[in-house]
Amino acid sequence: MTTDAAQIRIKSRTRKAWTPSQIVLTLLGVAVSAVFLAPLAWALFTSLKSETEAVEVPPHWLPKEWTGQAWKALFETGNITDWFVNSLVVSVCVTSIVLTVSALAGYGFARTEFRGRNVLMGVVMAGLMVSPAVLGVPLFTTVQQMGMVDTYWGMILPQCAPAAMVYILYKFFQGIPKELEEAAFIDGAGRWRVFFTVVVPLARPSLAAVGIFTFIASWNNFLWPYMVTNNPDLMTMPNGIATVMNSYGIQWAQLMAGGLMAGLPLIVVFVFFQRQIVSGVAHTGLAGQ
Amino acid sequence: MTTTSAETVIAPARARTAADSATVRRKQGFQHGGWFVAPFLLLFVLFVTWPLLRGVYLSFTDANIAGDTASFIGLDNYREALHDSMMWDSLGRSAYFTLLVVPCITVLAFLLAMLAHHIERGKWLWRLCFFMPFLLPSTVAGNLWQWLFNSGTGMVNYVFGLDTPWLTDKSYAMLAIVIETLWWTVGFAFLLYLAALQGIPGHLYEAAKLDGANAWHRMVHITLPMLRNITGLVVALQILASLQLFDQSVVMMDFGPGPENSTRSFVQYTLEEGFTSYRVGYASAISIIFFVIIAAVALARMWLLRNREEGAR
Repeated sequence: MTTDAAQIRIKSRTRKAWTPSQIVLTLLGVAVSAVFLAPLAWALFTSLKSETEAVEVPPHWLPKEWTGQAWKALFETGNITDWFVNSLVVSVCVTSIVLTVSALAGYGFARTEFRGRNVLMGVVMAGLMVSPAVLGVPLFTTVQQMGMVDTYWGMILPQCAPAAMVYILYKFFQGIPKELEEAAFIDGAGRWRVFFTVVVPLARPSLAAVGIFTFIASWNNFLWPYMVTNNPDLMTMPNGIATVMNSYGIQWAQLMAGGLMAGLPLIVVFVFFQRQIVSGVAHTGLAGQ
Repeated sequence: MTTTSAETVIAPARARTAADSATVRRKQGFQHGGWFVAPFLLLFVLFVTWPLLRGVYLSFTDANIAGDTASFIGLDNYREALHDSMMWDSLGRSAYFTLLVVPCITVLAFLLAMLAHHIERGKWLWRLCFFMPFLLPSTVAGNLWQWLFNSGTGMVNYVFGLDTPWLTDKSYAMLAIVIETLWWTVGFAFLLYLAALQGIPGHLYEAAKLDGANAWHRMVHITLPMLRNITGLVVALQILASLQLFDQSVVMMDFGPGPENSTRSFVQYTLEEGFTSYRVGYASAISIIFFVIIAAVALARMWLLRNREEGAR
């Protein structure tokens, strides 16, 4: 694996000649990217127009008068900083809890024996089919009974039992050679010590992929926070922005500015971690199984 | 780094006899794994199993959202659901959406991944461009396209010189949601395909080239067969996700059911029954029906996979 990665890196550093087929492919790539990015460019330009200019017919790409008023209004009138903090708290908590419990569970299912393991594994697999979208109403009444409506816990905990992540890590742990652990046992290490010093370091790329996808999913989760919060102070970015639109009427320039604000953190994360994300996906066996 | 340390650890283990390692396995807990699984199971029981059982129980009652005492009404909710045309319509709509989206996303993601894989320069740039929409919250993507599809001020009609009432006519509304979904979610499947493409050993292609296989042959005889598993995964994940359509449609339709109810998805109908009409018992019943349908789809997939594996053997 390590040598593969090194080879790929070397290959991408050496400059290749522009063959005709590469020119055609690159032009195609540019065209497709333009289609993908056009809506985002449109959002950005709109956020820099005045509200009246934003709704002019026919529409035009660039603002005639560039103004930051939508961005300013966003910070002055909305609770956008609160929503940002809420999103951050919820996503960071969900990601840490999911990483911890699913790594432990994936390992437990893959590498330990205990009574009822296979039955439990089957039950967890059935959980792949249950989501807040499928069982939103009973899940809400459950959380309501626990007194967690309109609380951080109510937003966080129900997102923390993703069977899919356990399954991905279970598959990965099954692929680790047993000899690695046995050697450590013979050297006198206990089960937990082996887990933390041998298994977790090996699983780092998979854990990174699981963590990043959990973070993206949690940051962008709309449905569950929408169901479980009514208090505007507790809303996350996606919800806050969706409600701005309902309560103030449609202010497009401001809405686009808010949307870009909500999307920006993940885009930054992805720019920095994309190599790990792609190799993590390859390592988890998600791609290969 | 990890490889070297792993090898040094393996070496002494290989030296020992098999009997040795069997004793070790018995002694050193390859047992008592219960504690590893316990934290996850606790969360899983509280927020997945229990709500599911509770949903089954509630579906036999006339419970409402206020938590007033519910009385047992047997199969009445299910009987009502059978004759509820709104439910069947919304179920059909979610299924129709799935049928439109899944093939398009799979093919598009494959083509994008092939493109990004074969361009030699600026790999990170193509990855970023194709994946970026997926990084936006569904509400943001929904609002953005709601506006792009606006018939007066929207860019879609302007750029293509159309005059289509995308969001206000029932024959276009679902199509608009499909287009938005493709743009928004194709990046995830694209990334899975890209990772799979990178995992195909290069020597397969080199050997094929030596045997005189052209690009088309290499794709049909190496790339596509090697991608069969990932295609199965992409299709399965997309079916599950598409059946659960909710975010895109409600945001683009201002939290309404769309022109002449043409975009009300099954999830939206369930939540309306539960939270707007306060009929928790009935909403639970149709949730359970939905769960059974999704489970049937998943089991059918497993059954097909098993048959294929046996056929291959």
